[in-house]
This record gives sequence, structure tokens and C-alpha cells, in this order.
Amino acid sequence: MRYLPLTDTDRKDMLATIGASSIDDLFVDVPAVAQLDGPIRDLPMHASEMAVERHMKARAAKNLAAGDAPFFLGAGAYRHHVPATVDTVIQRGEFLTAYTPYQPEIAQGTLQMLFEFQSQVARIYGCSVANASLYDGSTACWEAVAMATRVTKRSRAVLSGALHPHYTQVVKTMAQFTGDTIADAQPTIQAEPDLDGLSARIDEDTACVVVQYPDILGRISDLSAVADAAHAKGALLVVVNTEPVALGAIKSPGEMGADIVVGEGQSIGVGLQFGGPYLGLFAVRDPKHVRQMPGRLCGETIDAEGKRGFVLTLSTREQHIRREKATSNICTNSGLCALAFTVHMTLLGEKGLRELAAENHRLACLAADRLEQVPGVTLLNTAFFNEFTLMLEGKPARDIVRDLADRGVLGGVSLGRLYPGVEALEHALLVAVTETTTEEDIETLAREIEASAKELAQ
Amino acid sequence: MNAPNKSGWKPSMEVADATGESPTTTGNRALMLEEPLIFEIGHAEISGVDLPEIAPGAPTRLGGLDRSEPVGLVGLTEPETVRHYTRLSRQNYGIDLGFFPLGSCTMKHNPRLNEKVARMPGFADIHPLAPQNSVQGALQVVHELGEWLTKLTGMPAVAMSPKAGAHGELCGILAIRAAHEARGDAREVVLVPESAHGTNPATAAFAGYRVEDIPATPEGRVDLAKIKERLGPDVAAVMITNPNTCGLFERDFRAIADAVHEAGGYVYCDGANFNAIVGRVRPGDLGVDAMHINLHKTFSTPHGGGGPGSGPVVLSEALAPFAPLPFVRKDEETGLYELVEEEAREATRGNTFGRMTAFHGQMGMFTRALTYMLSHGADGLKQVAEDAVLNANYILRSMEDVLHAPFADSGPCMHEALFGDKGFGGDLSTLDLAKGLIDEGYHPMTVYFPLVVHGAMLVEPTETESKATMDEFITAFRSLVERARAGDESLKQAPYFAPRRRLDETAAARKPKLAWKEPEG
Repeated sequence: MRYLPLTDTDRKDMLATIGASSIDDLFVDVPAVAQLDGPIRDLPMHASEMAVERHMKARAAKNLAAGDAPFFLGAGAYRHHVPATVDTVIQRGEFLTAYTPYQPEIAQGTLQMLFEFQSQVARIYGCSVANASLYDGSTACWEAVAMATRVTKRSRAVLSGALHPHYTQVVKTMAQFTGDTIADAQPTIQAEPDLDGLSARIDEDTACVVVQYPDILGRISDLSAVADAAHAKGALLVVVNTEPVALGAIKSPGEMGADIVVGEGQSIGVGLQFGGPYLGLFAVRDPKHVRQMPGRLCGETIDAEGKRGFVLTLSTREQHIRREKATSNICTNSGLCALAFTVHMTLLGEKGLRELAAENHRLACLAADRLEQVPGVTLLNTAFFNEFTLMLEGKPARDIVRDLADRGVLGGVSLGRLYPGVEALEHALLVAVTETTTEEDIETLAREIEASAKELAQ
Repeated sequence: MNAPNKSGWKPSMEVADATGESPTTTGNRALMLEEPLIFEIGHAEISGVDLPEIAPGAPTRLGGLDRSEPVGLVGLTEPETVRHYTRLSRQNYGIDLGFFPLGSCTMKHNPRLNEKVARMPGFADIHPLAPQNSVQGALQVVHELGEWLTKLTGMPAVAMSPKAGAHGELCGILAIRAAHEARGDAREVVLVPESAHGTNPATAAFAGYRVEDIPATPEGRVDLAKIKERLGPDVAAVMITNPNTCGLFERDFRAIADAVHEAGGYVYCDGANFNAIVGRVRPGDLGVDAMHINLHKTFSTPHGGGGPGSGPVVLSEALAPFAPLPFVRKDEETGLYELVEEEAREATRGNTFGRMTAFHGQMGMFTRALTYMLSHGADGLKQVAEDAVLNANYILRSMEDVLHAPFADSGPCMHEALFGDKGFGGDLSTLDLAKGLIDEGYHPMTVYFPLVVHGAMLVEPTETESKATMDEFITAFRSLVERARAGDESLKQAPYFAPRRRLDETAAARKPKLAWKEPEG
């Protein structure tokens, strides 16, 4: 078997050294009743690399890849072009097959990379410190709420109605068990979000208010007033960003007064991957909050010869030291995805990120203009970055999306998919446009929405 | 210690003098190259990506929030980027490089077919919210992997969405809590062995439980009598790792499970050590109610320098109704796969405790793990467990005459061997020995875990190591143990030959420098 180096001679010799007559002697502690008498019966036996590849290829062939169709899906996961160098780097065995850098002398590759990653994230978010990544944006959002309750010693969180519904659900699920009160809401179909209404929901028991920027409908607004309202009541502002490319074009959450900024880093370096693994980003604006942060932190130090080096630090926050008193139960981060992010961001740099953002926005504006020309289609947003909401007359947007898929067009995400059964949102379609979208794709989408709406109306 | 290799070359001890002066002008040592931070070599005006220039004065619809301040990033061209990361990579140890006997982590070879399959565009380039009729192959893979997991463990149901082992533990514990609440029997306490991985008590505490320790017997196993004494209407669950963190199979597991069930509680099994029994023993036959599986341990998905992981959780009949959303089901009539996301549907069986993550799971890990399982098959997986156990016992018996092995007399170990620092001379510690191993060209074993053995060293070779590799390791390990027992002070300054000497972790924590700052002036 190609992955097992021991030969039968080796096994015999080793059993002799051990003083056992057969491998069964080594399983003597397992009750006989629990030991199987042979390989598990309803599973196949081993297979060659060629056969396995064929098996998996057949499954892959049944999926419509985003690159093979006009593609406009977003809603928390975005399709961007990832330069070939990123994959070259993450495929290096020294990165791919390394462990968590607990022995820093032989892990400076991972550690320096994490320090650079943390620095990039902090700057993009307008914060002073970022951690070495969490599982994804939604769990990072929950961790932010949990941190806010620790810092303020309060147990109520106010969630904006325009926070990604998956993120809202994750927060509510976790809060069931911690006993925190979550005041959530649903999005309303308005050109601009009701931030005054949101601010009015903050009270003296509120640990934090959570706002997404750009929000689930793609809207962008100045959050400074919400920050002030939160701070006036002693609460923290948590800002959630699901599209980091946006921050190459719009003000950072830190600039607007966010205390904790979290988000999904998938857009940079990671790819769509059908939902995972993704990359949770977590940063704090004020360095005094560092010791309450969850997740790993990489810090600079020197070695015994005075050379600069990096180590995981402030570990007393974490489960392997603090056990039940840890700030979180988290062990793993999203290391390889963090590497992909940092390589891509290094290739982009300041100039590239700005240009990438500008190109995304330019194409999104083009798309919005063209799609508004389709009869029965109205653009909801006053402002947007690379994703906006269209209101479609007639059949629910969810039906139109399914129909478009049958026509070979991946035409966006219906709010009906994200909020099933909510009538007020039934006709809304989220459309995302990135630098990978062509003008031809936009024209196709416009044409197919028009055709689909006509056909479904008949 | 400085024995020449067969060609007569031996490394020089004169790597630096007391002032830390380097023998070369660059500070490099042949193939070992120093590498600055990107912020020290990159520029704001440089980019390694060709994008259209920003048209000056182009109208925007950004709500007046156009970013005016620089982000503060730097860029490198492609050749500079490749070189930067290549140099960094060479300062890292990985499984591809050598033996990585990190107990509890199962550092087995990461098959390259897995990487090829994960990158097929039909898997890598699909959106999690794509219309389900356009991603049937992907949903099939999630379902298929789930079936392998349920069959390998002998359990009826599986939750695929948890993003990592600790996330899976949380899933299992939350399902337990939901089950008790559903029958109006909310309980406050979870029992956790002292030897447990820190995530276990952290998870239980997060879920709102009070954690109580279960002591171990002198044979290194959970004390059945003590558990039975403690069980009662306030105990929700027992969290047991099996094989346990001392590398031993919990012989009384079935009896413990029966006692817990009788008292109205549930059994959570930490599946981190599944590599010892996969294909040979099914945890479902032992009375487990929930068990997470680390795909990045037993099923070879790469550790990636710390993540990502994936922690699906197999569930018993009692807990299955409470599984989180969303999940994949197969319609047996139509043959179609469906991602069930909505609580109201009958398919959720009514009682889900909710959603744990956005989207539905670590697909990139699923493709890799399924590829691994298909490659090995039921027969190969059984061989994996047997070779893993054989290798660990070989190391145990090859070391026990020189190194304290607290449970060596009570029988065989499973896939990992546990040693302690009893007999070390002077003030030498397990840490010093570990650092000495680095100079010998190895990543050290797990140290200071589990907490129940002083100066613990947990060695897990895994099945993907040859006898020759292990023999070499045993020779090096024995020589280091001899030095430790002799009180060899030079170990306190080890490692000498790694890219960095010992790093000042105290200073790092006292004055944390966690992000790049431009130097003043």
C-alpha cells in the first residue's frame, strides 16, 4: 500500500523486539466484543491512485464551476482572481505539512508569515492588533460578541438587521448556551439602512452593537454615529466585513470608531471552495483589549543571540493553558488560508488593492446601470461597493435564480434563499460583480433575467 | 554529540561568538538565509498583480465613504514574492522533511492526490449558495464522506459542519445539552478526566456547564469506581478520550458508558486518537453518544502550520435529532442530494440546536479526506491502525530501559507512547531534551501534555514511518536521554543549529509587539 512503509519482515522483527506474537496482542485492552473480526464489511477495499482520481473526477464533473458560467453570487463569499504564485507557495511542503508553531526555533517560516498577516489585517481594518485568524467570519462574529460581553461585563448584544443571516444565526445559537440576550432583526427593503433605528436599540445593558459593512444588501453607510451612540452607553461597536477588497476603496471600520472588527478573508487568496475552509479575521482598535482577544497571537521577540524572531504569545488566554477559564475553546486557526491571504495581499500591495477595489466597483456600477434597464428590475441601493440588491417584479427571485441556473447562468443569491418564508424579501436578488466578471457576462445576465421573468410570467 | 557522518563532515560548534557576531557579512549561512519582513523590503507603489490603472476622477457610488487615507500596505513583484516565501519556508520543519512524532496530533504523511483532487475546479470553484441542482456532485461528496464516517464508527448519524476538532466538541456538547433540555431535564455538570486535552473543559465551560475532574487510576486510565460514585441527576455528560491521552485504551469504556446512560447522562468521546483503532474498533459499539473526528489527524488533511481543520461529529440515535443545521441528505427515491437549511422542515427532525457556522462545512477538507479513505479502503485503514500501534509499541519497548515510561508495565500502549522526566540529572528538563532533539534534525514530541505525568513526553510515530526512520530516531532519542540523565548542561542552550536559538517568550508576553510599526525618525 503506497502510503505504508512497513514491510511484513519489518512487522515481524518489530513484534519480536516488543515481545508480542501478533498484532492482536497489542490490542489486548480492547474488549473482544468491540473488536471487528476483519475489515469493515460495507466499505470498499483499497484502490489505486488512478481509480480514486477517476471516482472523484466523476463527482467534480457533476458541478457547474463558477468559471464555466456567467457568475454573480456573493452573499458572504466572493470570486476573485487568485494569482498562480499563491498556490505555489501554499503547496510548499514546509508550509503545507508544518504544525502549529509551538517549537518556534524551527517554525520561523510560519511565525514570520503570521506576523506579516496580522499586520496586514490590522491595517486593512484600521485597527492596532489582529490575531492569527479564526475559522471563518461567522465564528469570528460570535467571538467578538463573546469578547464584548467579557470586556463590558454585560450580556446583551444588538445585531443589525442587515447582518448576514448565517452570522446572526450562529450568534443566536451560541447565545442559547451562554445565556446572553441577542436582539436581532431582519433587513428592511430600503435604499439606505436605518442606522438611527439601530442606535435607538442600544441601552445600558448592551455589551455591543454589531453592524455589517458593506451590509447584506450591499449598502454602505458611515458608522461613526453608531459608534458614538454605542460609546455613549458604554457599549462596544463590532463591525463585520465579509468582503475585504471593499476596504481598498472605502474607509476602514477602525477609522469610523469600531472597537472590534471581524470578517471573512476568503476573497483574498482562498477561493470559493463550496463554503470552506475559509478565513476568520479578528482585530481590535485599542491595544488595551488585546488580552481579551480569542485565538492565537504571534509576537516579535529576540533569540539568545539577539536575533529578531517570532513566537506565539499571550497564550495564557488559550485552552491549552487556561482550560475551562480560557477566553475561547479554540485550538486550530486557519493557518494555510492565512498564508494564502498574506501572499495574495503581498502581491497586491497598497497599489494593487486600490486598483482591484476600483475595478470591482467600476464593473459593479456598469452592471447596476445595465440591469436597471431590464423591465421590472429596480436597483435598491444608493451606495454599494461590488454587490447590490435588485428588486424583481413578478415571480420570487428564488425561482428566477433556479431558472437561470438551468439556463447555465449563476445569477446571484436570492434573499428568499437566505430568509425562507419572509414575504417582504421574496423579490430581492443580491448580485455580486468582481474583476472576474466580463461585460459580456453582464449582458448575458441582463438578457437572461429578462427572458426568465417573461417565461415564468406566462 | 558532534559525531561526523559517514563522509567525515561534522557541523561546527562555532556558530557565533558571545557578541552574536556572524561569520558572514550577510548573516546568511549558505542555504540558511535570513529574510526581512515584507514591510522592510516592499513598497506602496509596487505590485505583483497587473490591474487596470484607476481612472482619475472616475465617479463612485460609495456613499461618500471613499477611502482617503492609505491602507498602509506594501507590495512585492512576483519574483520577490516567490523568493520571500521560499526563504521563509526553509525555516520551517514539516512532515515532508522528517519524522514528526507529535503525540495527539497524528502527523502522518499528507498524500498529494488529496491536493490534486481538492483543486479540481468542480470542487474548488463552486459557491456554497449555488443552486443545488448545479452542485449535486459536491453534495454527493459531503454525503459520501458522512457515510464512511458513520460506517467506520458504527454510529447512525453525523454532523458535517463543525470547522475543527474543538468546534466539533462544541457541537457534541451542545447536542447533549439540547437533548436534556428537550426532555425538561437540564443538568449542570460535565465530568472530564484530568488528563484531557484543554479543549474539553474549555468546551464544557463555554456550554454553561461546571467542569469536574475525574481522577485516573495508577494504570493511567479513568477511574470507573469514582465515576460511578459521582454520577447523579446533575451530571449531563462524561467527556472521555479513547484511546486516552496517555496512549492507553480505556478498558472500562463500555461499563462507563452503561453507568452514564443509566444515570440519564450522555457519553462524549474525544476522537483525536481515532488513528489507533480506525477500521478495527467502532466507537458506536462501545456506547458513545457523540464523537468528533479530526479529519486533519486520522484522515490526513494537512496541518497547514496550524489549520484549517475539520471536525465532523458522529451522533447516536438519542442525539441525532439535535444535530446542527445545515446538513446534506439524500432523497432515496429521486437520488438527488439536498442541503437542508431550514428549521421548519420535517427533514430537520424538529429539534436542531441551530446553526454553528456560515455555509455548511470544510469542503476542501472533505474532498481530501474522502480521497484518503477511498485510497486506503476498509482493509488499508485497518492496516493504518495496526501499523500506528505497532510503531508506538516499538518505540516504547526500545526506550523503556533508559527513559521513565509510567505505564509500560501495565500492558501495551496504543498509537502513542508516554514517557516522563524521572531520572533526569542536574536541573535538566523535558524542554531541554526536546530542544536537543531539534539539533538532531527532529521536531520534538509533544511535551508537558498530558498533565498527569511530570515532564511528559508523548511520542506518536504514526503508520507512515519506516522502521529505518524509527531506528534512527531511537538512537538519537537514547543518546539525548543519556545526556539528560547525566545532567549535561550544554542541553540548556540547545538548539544550536536551528535558524533561531531559544526565543525569549517572557519578553514577548511582557511587551507584546503584535504588528509592524514603522521605525521612528
